[in-house]
Amino acid sequence: MKEFKVKVEVKLKPVVLDPQGKTVLTALHNLGYEKVEDARIGKLIELKIMDSDAGNVRERVNDMCKKLLANPVIEDFVVKVEE
Amino acid sequence: MYKFGIVVFPGSNCDHDCYYAIKHVLGQDCEFLWHHETDVERFDCIVLPGGFSYGDYLRTGSIASLSPVMKSVEKFAQAGNPVIGICNGFQVLVESGLLPGALIKNSSLKFVCKWIKARVENNRNLFTDNMKVGDVLEIPVAHGEGNYFCTPEELKALNENSQIVFRYCSEKGDITPESNPNGSIENIAGITNKAGNVLGMMPHPERCAEEILNGTQGRLIFESIISWLNLNKKVTGRA
Repeated sequence: MKEFKVKVEVKLKPVVLDPQGKTVLTALHNLGYEKVEDARIGKLIELKIMDSDAGNVRERVNDMCKKLLANPVIEDFVVKVEE
Repeated sequence: MYKFGIVVFPGSNCDHDCYYAIKHVLGQDCEFLWHHETDVERFDCIVLPGGFSYGDYLRTGSIASLSPVMKSVEKFAQAGNPVIGICNGFQVLVESGLLPGALIKNSSLKFVCKWIKARVENNRNLFTDNMKVGDVLEIPVAHGEGNYFCTPEELKALNENSQIVFRYCSEKGDITPESNPNGSIENIAGITNKAGNVLGMMPHPERCAEEILNGTQGRLIFESIISWLNLNKKVTGRA
């Protein structure tokens, strides 16, 4: 058994409007950062998992994303596994 | 008299309003149903009320959709029984997959709490059977994440199967961008599943069910459910 650190990035799909990101973009422009062209806000979920195999971990976290951590209708996710 | 079950999740806050409207305004039997319960067979209709179940953590309705009671609600719905999700209840229904699409942050980023107009788009289901297509209802909304979103394929299917029940509209019943409080696709305010026995809607019918609340049109939805039960279920005769 090893301890794996997993990072799951959940982002709104590009076709889904992100009003929060738009507001942050406007605020950045107001601060003078006019070169910023877009801002999108997502979530970072960190998991600590005990398992013997990285492949296993990846597979299970992918399942977790489909069932709970991300909503496939509106969100994409990326799973990164570190030992 | 029929038995309505009102699901109570941690963080539900319109459960008592629903109870009051159904029990005291409509005179039906009503019981709260804790989210750990799995036996829902005794009910004729299940209500998923508004609120902030599980603090809206992760995504609105996402944690509630995995609670024990929802497995039983799913079976209850698949058997053709009426299920209505209001506001957070609608969010739970889309997260559980009982209804298509998703509800995302209002395009204004603001929590909207106001009276809106909703046009009846379809009355061939058990929730709006007593209304006419084109009728304009005045109902309050109160939500931060009521912006209905779905894929173009899902939207096409919703339209083709007449699953869109309510759209936000102007005073006169026109579907305009100004009358859309949250940015929902095609002004969608409420939809049913394909079979027509599961309704999700953002506006709150329980908040306009009697005169003292300045509106009674919300009562129509509950009355339509009761008429359907009259036709399709034997009265259980519970005192």
